[in-house]
Amino acid sequence: MVFVTLIIGISAVLSWFLGRYMTYIMDSSEQGTWQSYLKQFAVFNVIMFAVSFAVLAFQQYLPLNPDGKGALTADLIFNTAASFTTNTNLQHYSGEVSMSYFSQLFALMWLQFVSAATGIAVLTAIARGLGGKGFGNFYKDMMRATFYILLPVSFVVAVLLIFTGVPMTFGGTVEAHTIEGALQNIARGPAAAFIAIKQLGSNGGGFFGPNSAHPFENPNFWSNAVETMSIIIIPMSCVWMFGRLTGKMRHAAVIFGVMLLLLVMKLSFAAYFESAPAGALAGLDVQTSSNLEGKELRFGTSAAPLWAVVTTSTSNGSVNNMHDSLNPLTGLVPLTGMWLNETFGGVGVGMINMLIYILTGVFICGMMVGRTPEYLGRKVETQEMKLVLLALLVHPLCILGGTALFTIMPWGAETVHNTGAHGFTEILYEFTSSSANNGSGFEGLGDNTPAWNIATGIVMLVSRYVPIVLPLMAAGSLAAKRISPDTSGTLHTDTVLFGAVILGSIIFIGALLFMPVAVLGPVSEYMAGALK
Amino acid sequence: MTKTERREARSSAIFNKQAVTYAAAQSFRMLSPRVMIKNPVMFVTEMGAVLSTISLFAVSADAYAVSVTLILWLTVVFANFAEALAEAKGKAGADSLKQVRRDTVCTRLTDGGSEKVGSSELKVGDRVLVCAGDIIPCDGEVDKGIASVDESAITGESAPVIRESGGDRSGVTAGTKVLTGDIEVIVTAGAGESFLDRMIALVEGAVRQKTPNELALTVTLAGLTLAFLLVTTALLPIGRYFGAELSIPTLTALLVCLIPTTISALLPAIGIAGMNRALAANILAKSGKAVELAGDIDTILLDKTGTITVGNRQAVQFVPVSGVTEAQLTETAMKASFGDMTPEGKSIVALAEQLSGSTAETPADAAVISFSAHTRLSGVDTNGHRLRKGAYDAVTAFVQQNGGRIPADLKEITDRIASAGCTPIVVAENDRILGVISLSDVLKAGIQSRFARLRAMGLRIIMVTGDNPLTAKSIAGEAGVDGFVAEAKPEDKLNYIRKEQKGGRLIAMIGDGTNDAPALAQADIGVAMNSGTQAAKEAGNMVDLDNNPTKLIEVIEIGKQLLMTRGALTTFSVSNDVAKYFAIIPAMFILAMPHLAGLNIMNLASPESAVLSALIFNAVVIPALIPLAIKGVRFRAMGADALLKRNLLIYGFGGVVLPFAGIKVIDMILSATGMF
Repeated sequence: MVFVTLIIGISAVLSWFLGRYMTYIMDSSEQGTWQSYLKQFAVFNVIMFAVSFAVLAFQQYLPLNPDGKGALTADLIFNTAASFTTNTNLQHYSGEVSMSYFSQLFALMWLQFVSAATGIAVLTAIARGLGGKGFGNFYKDMMRATFYILLPVSFVVAVLLIFTGVPMTFGGTVEAHTIEGALQNIARGPAAAFIAIKQLGSNGGGFFGPNSAHPFENPNFWSNAVETMSIIIIPMSCVWMFGRLTGKMRHAAVIFGVMLLLLVMKLSFAAYFESAPAGALAGLDVQTSSNLEGKELRFGTSAAPLWAVVTTSTSNGSVNNMHDSLNPLTGLVPLTGMWLNETFGGVGVGMINMLIYILTGVFICGMMVGRTPEYLGRKVETQEMKLVLLALLVHPLCILGGTALFTIMPWGAETVHNTGAHGFTEILYEFTSSSANNGSGFEGLGDNTPAWNIATGIVMLVSRYVPIVLPLMAAGSLAAKRISPDTSGTLHTDTVLFGAVILGSIIFIGALLFMPVAVLGPVSEYMAGALK
Repeated sequence: MTKTERREARSSAIFNKQAVTYAAAQSFRMLSPRVMIKNPVMFVTEMGAVLSTISLFAVSADAYAVSVTLILWLTVVFANFAEALAEAKGKAGADSLKQVRRDTVCTRLTDGGSEKVGSSELKVGDRVLVCAGDIIPCDGEVDKGIASVDESAITGESAPVIRESGGDRSGVTAGTKVLTGDIEVIVTAGAGESFLDRMIALVEGAVRQKTPNELALTVTLAGLTLAFLLVTTALLPIGRYFGAELSIPTLTALLVCLIPTTISALLPAIGIAGMNRALAANILAKSGKAVELAGDIDTILLDKTGTITVGNRQAVQFVPVSGVTEAQLTETAMKASFGDMTPEGKSIVALAEQLSGSTAETPADAAVISFSAHTRLSGVDTNGHRLRKGAYDAVTAFVQQNGGRIPADLKEITDRIASAGCTPIVVAENDRILGVISLSDVLKAGIQSRFARLRAMGLRIIMVTGDNPLTAKSIAGEAGVDGFVAEAKPEDKLNYIRKEQKGGRLIAMIGDGTNDAPALAQADIGVAMNSGTQAAKEAGNMVDLDNNPTKLIEVIEIGKQLLMTRGALTTFSVSNDVAKYFAIIPAMFILAMPHLAGLNIMNLASPESAVLSALIFNAVVIPALIPLAIKGVRFRAMGADALLKRNLLIYGFGGVVLPFAGIKVIDMILSATGMF
């Protein structure tokens, strides 16, 4: 527990300073409407998708391919391009098996930077708009976020990782002779740079298939500590940046507090449930301490639940243990993280998701003070609620709709490796992870099929862009309204009470939308196990 | 009908026989999908009921399925009943107004003559003659003459009021009765277009449009409904994966339990009830939007005289400047006030008579200069003597114009009087200033506590007065207002409102004169007094039938209560879902997955009884909450955060806990019948 507290505590402290630095970089008085910002955003994201698609499609003809990686299937290319453009990094392939170094660097790693910068840029624009300034220019924001925030921070993290032993080379596979005399091919590559941005940009796409459970991605306790903090630090900083840009630091502190509280709750649940032995060992003599299945013991015992919670809270999706092997109720915690998707959330987008919940909560509770609901002094009316609710609907639509479809269709149900509740959770998790733009895999699913590639590809695109564009539009609509002064008759956004309102709306909306599937998946599995 | 009788008629017991009969019939008539579509949530409920009914014929019709279907229909009927009942209550209030809307015969003046016509034939701009004993046939403005009018039919107040041409008391209302005097009235609203007609239509729901917040809430509720539709629909295939075949009635029951039916069913009733409350307070609102907006007001502009103070300023002292005797001043003041029929003028004469012991006689060939808001002085011209009294700056300007000097101690005297909260009136004759009259006004009883209540709600009160800043400051301090505009000319009100609105504030004001019209139009809420000029009434968005300047406070409370009731019932509705989930989800899957029995934390008797209990609770909560929807959540004057905490506790926390108990009780009753 000391380890968990330290990691979260240090990240929270560092985020205060990084948030300050990010505000310094991103703050500008450029004019611009939300419409023009949206246009620039759309153009750039189409280019992102097109370039990565092209690079992946032609990787066999492109340089930096020492191991001669061949062509990929069309549906996998679509899925991968969608996955990395949307900052999801869902991987239906194994990096070291399928991707050339050129693809890794110029299709995937490039997108890990710019897709993360996109999130920071749009959050900045929304914060500026709500703060009463112009929305600014997307391209300039992109440049600032990429070159002055993500690159320098990644550089620091990459250097730290190299010190802990993560490889950084353009050399190809190494041939090794094992003690038995067998020949082993050991994959390597420019991993340190790739992993730094993978963690910082809430990307999560591993250089190697097993992601951060792989010894070259995450060699030891220290690399694991650095990587865990890297996951959470920028999403945390985004909240402070939002507060500084809107000039509402106390409000930001309340939001930060709510997010932190949810994170701590999830961590406690995960640590508690995971301290029970794996269900398969129940009643046997080997039943000793906690569930050790699917874990890398070199990181220590509490590192796995901590990582599982943090990576799914932030839409990161990298893993250092197999989520499929978590105890059933522990498995519910990462799912919850992705359903809510704003306990710090993805880089930039986590805070944007939070705004969706805040506006919904403000609208319903705001009326109870006897005024038209207001957020940051601006009236929340029909137009905003339309946009916010549509944004809110996308997530359950993608998750529940996708899961429902794949549970009855043979191309879904037959790819599942387990039956019953656990198999259901595998499908549910895959759609949840795609829709949350998380990218972690529950695994235990044969997911490199055309059906999965196309379905999750579409889900990733829809649930990335709709919840970015609609809140931006809502912010545009809010920004056009006059600000009413703060009096004792208005709802204050910087109080513990307001924190309770946000917390309530997150838990209520999350619980009401996803409780049935939670019951049918992990809870049912747990209860079935408990009966045995 | 007396005032109390009328109030009772408008806010009598909610479930009276007449209203219930009307509402019951109406709630079935409203089942037509064309009517239901206006309320998306209830429309979905009705479609669910239709689907469930079809499944009775197509799939199976056991006791359980039939019961579910019946309750689904009942839910829709209950929702319609709530709306119809509120409408019936509105109609009852409107009927009492309609009684004064009888068609009467009146005398229309034409070029060079007159003719008898029915009041329904009158058009805007017509001129009618109304004599003593006649009913005024139209809304209009007195053009000639003066009359005492009995307005009790509208206001419920039995004391007659004076209506005369010119000035701010020229508005007359159709249905009121002239007691003495003959007046010529210019028609300002044709038959069916008057404020009263508009209000009747609004209350009856004939032209009820959704207000902005109601629309936003409808969108939000529709969005939540869509989300739950998704959740429920997805369960059908997912259930199949687990080998659980979910029936249509069960799925529909889950859907209807989850979607916010409670608030959606009561939403129209809340809106209508808000209008009814305004009507019961004798306020005619031009639109529902205005009533809703009243809750958002954060600054109110009140006239000092007549609103904060009794408005009956009395002369209490004559203070001469040095070199002038008190007797000299008293005599001049008395002369200057001849012909001044205002209470102030009369009180000056009365005080002077008392002090000098002589009775004043009206000087011959005196020309009376009456007070105007622009010159801010009044007086008398009599054979070469120009006597004036008025505000400090107005009178000093007058004297300087005539080549006079300002006495050295004048400023000190006026300041002393003003600081004591009295109004100094400077008296002058031609180029000489004689002294100052001190006018004192008293605060209305209980005004401080009313203001304290408003300030607790976060409202700023700004006092507007023609007094000088020192008097204004003293009275402002005494009454407990947040600020004041002193020495205000009519256009100052408008400018002040504009300035405050730029800072994002929403302003309410009340006014009656033509002078007030621009400010009334500019203010976010402009309440015009019914006795006021037509221009003022046209400019404002509400009319106060009682002519009570503190009515703004009630208007704001009605607006706040309206929004609070919506918010509270929405929170309650959403909070209820937790318990319903715990009742229905285990019930749905318990056959296919017996191990889920542990989730049945309420220990409900059987899956069928669990689903039915939740659905019955969901249905009966609608009629149970009708009184709350119609009366409104209890309003308390407290800050926003305290209100929110209180309402969250009652409707949020209460909304989570209550259905657990409710569903359990219904389940026990159901299982006791032995059917489920």
